[in-house]
Amino acid sequence: MSGPALWILVPMAVGAVSLILLSERGAAWAGGITCLALAALALLVPIDQALLIGSLSFKVGSTASLLGRSIIIPPADAPFLALLFGTSALWFLGAEAAGVARRLVPLGMVILGLLIGSLAVQPFLYAAIMIEMAALVAIPLLGAPGQPPARAVIKFLIYETLGMPCLLLAGWLLAGVETSPGDPALTIQATVMLGMGFALALAVFPLNDWMPGLMEASEPYLAGFLLWLFPVVIVIFGLSFLDSYAWLRTSTAILNGLRVMGLLMLLSGGAWSALERNAARLLGHAAIAETGLMLIAMSLTASSGDDLVFPLLIPRGAAMILWALALSVLGRGFAPMDATALKGMGRTHPWAVASVVLSALSVAGFPLLAGFPDRIDLWDGLGATSILDAVWFLVGMAGLTLGGLRQLAAVIGESGEQPIPPQESVLQRGMLGAGIALLVILGLFPRITELLTGPLPLMFEHLAR
Amino acid sequence: MTNELPAWIALVVVTISAAGLFLSRDWRWGLAFMAIQYLGAATLTWVHWPIGMSAAFLVAGWMSTALIGMTLTSAPRLPDAMEWAWPQGRLFRAFMAGIVFVLAVTFSARIDSFVAGVGTPVIAGTILVAGLGLLQLGSTTQIPRVILGLLSLLAGFEIFYASVEGSILVAGLLSVVTLGLGLTGSYLLGAIIPEEAE
Repeated sequence: MSGPALWILVPMAVGAVSLILLSERGAAWAGGITCLALAALALLVPIDQALLIGSLSFKVGSTASLLGRSIIIPPADAPFLALLFGTSALWFLGAEAAGVARRLVPLGMVILGLLIGSLAVQPFLYAAIMIEMAALVAIPLLGAPGQPPARAVIKFLIYETLGMPCLLLAGWLLAGVETSPGDPALTIQATVMLGMGFALALAVFPLNDWMPGLMEASEPYLAGFLLWLFPVVIVIFGLSFLDSYAWLRTSTAILNGLRVMGLLMLLSGGAWSALERNAARLLGHAAIAETGLMLIAMSLTASSGDDLVFPLLIPRGAAMILWALALSVLGRGFAPMDATALKGMGRTHPWAVASVVLSALSVAGFPLLAGFPDRIDLWDGLGATSILDAVWFLVGMAGLTLGGLRQLAAVIGESGEQPIPPQESVLQRGMLGAGIALLVILGLFPRITELLTGPLPLMFEHLAR
Repeated sequence: MTNELPAWIALVVVTISAAGLFLSRDWRWGLAFMAIQYLGAATLTWVHWPIGMSAAFLVAGWMSTALIGMTLTSAPRLPDAMEWAWPQGRLFRAFMAGIVFVLAVTFSARIDSFVAGVGTPVIAGTILVAGLGLLQLGSTTQIPRVILGLLSLLAGFEIFYASVEGSILVAGLLSVVTLGLGLTGSYLLGAIIPEEAE
């Protein structure tokens, strides 16, 4: 059996089959169990090594061939597959509580398969095409059903489609740079094209205005899944460029540019978070800030050699799942999510409100929550580079903190004197409570994540070694 | 010169069709120009690709165009919403198309000297089709026009990319993306068509 068939085709096949499932629970469990099984296989079954089970010999190969090109999942990528599928399992299992499992699981599994394929295809620059295909599959998840698509949805489609040709051309120019490394004009052109491609695909400032709009216009859980998944895969794709081309990862200008853009995104996300009154849009601003943190981490990882990118992934996933689920519970039936509508929701939906506030504070790096240890490491790395950058980092974090506290103030306001019983279901309370516990446990015991993220730097030859 | 003749003819075809697509108001004319544009673009890709790959590109483009057309034919007469942005009008659009034409004329020879072996008609066709597609994207929020703009942009890109990449996998995947854009456009259009029209 080949690894690409297992981790790319199986999720896509299960996604297609789950279209016929009529119940939310059936779809959620189908997606969740499949992803958990694939994550367990990635952790437990070594790739390219024969396993003897009784008299049966079993081997998961790393290579498959498609139309003359190779799809390769090397053994070093197995922990990342486990992380991606494990986190996706949480998204799919939580979709039942959000009431969107029948929409999320089929398309989400196909998107997941395509994005895994994008990381496995060789040459890796073809990943841009598969990322675009995943973006096209994601469109039906966005926007309200039966409503005209919002401008943010159209912008998402346009930006992702514009990013693909830029990345493909960058790959062609980079091949020319490898042939003629001393040509500065070609190097600059390749860098500019690569930068434009990633800026469009990753929604780097100022091309990220669609993200809060997407959260507002769509079901929060569905949009949150996409805002979690796409940046993770595109960042790994970007790291593969840094790993493959020495002149990219040793270029001071490029690393400084990554750091500056990351800080800009963090600052803009923090500033807008502090001013935002809509709870769904707040998650969009937080997602922008999270992407900025990943860019800063990429820059510091390439310059210092310390792994600062991978430790961000698990706390980021945990916070976004919890936040998106809580927003879905609060906004059932596309109720407005502005501060006026949410006033007093703390009494009727205490678990959802607590989840929103704690997730926002985790993203802001509040102590004892999941996001705190990694933000400290990033702040430490930035401080070693530039004190001014460290100060701006704090300003961005302060903005995110203020956004979370404003949400808290909005939802604990009283809407009336009559006692209102909590309106969350047992399943919703259970899942939200588990998510809150996860955020606190990851904050108290951050090294737990190293079991999974520790081997991730082995995916690359030169980064974080 | 004999070998370049189809390329030059295709360049004239894409110039007229891309400009017509950008200037047309009626969706029927837009789709007709799109189909003609794909024919010209496929001929330009044929300069570097085998005929099978160019045919796949052409068929994918026509299928996407047909998908959008089929969705629009089931719609009632959608109001031709005026884009409330200044300036507007056919004259201004013609002026913008003229700028793209001047850019294509100016830069195609220069880029041809930079990238040996591609051919001036291919580069000029890329700039025209992709440039007008970008203008289309920047000057409208109507979904049919946005999708046609994205298809034009991709078609223009593929004209050039065919000269630097001959992989069947890439050609296949780009055709899938083209079809995907058509399906996505059809889906988005379906969301704005009133139910009583179905």
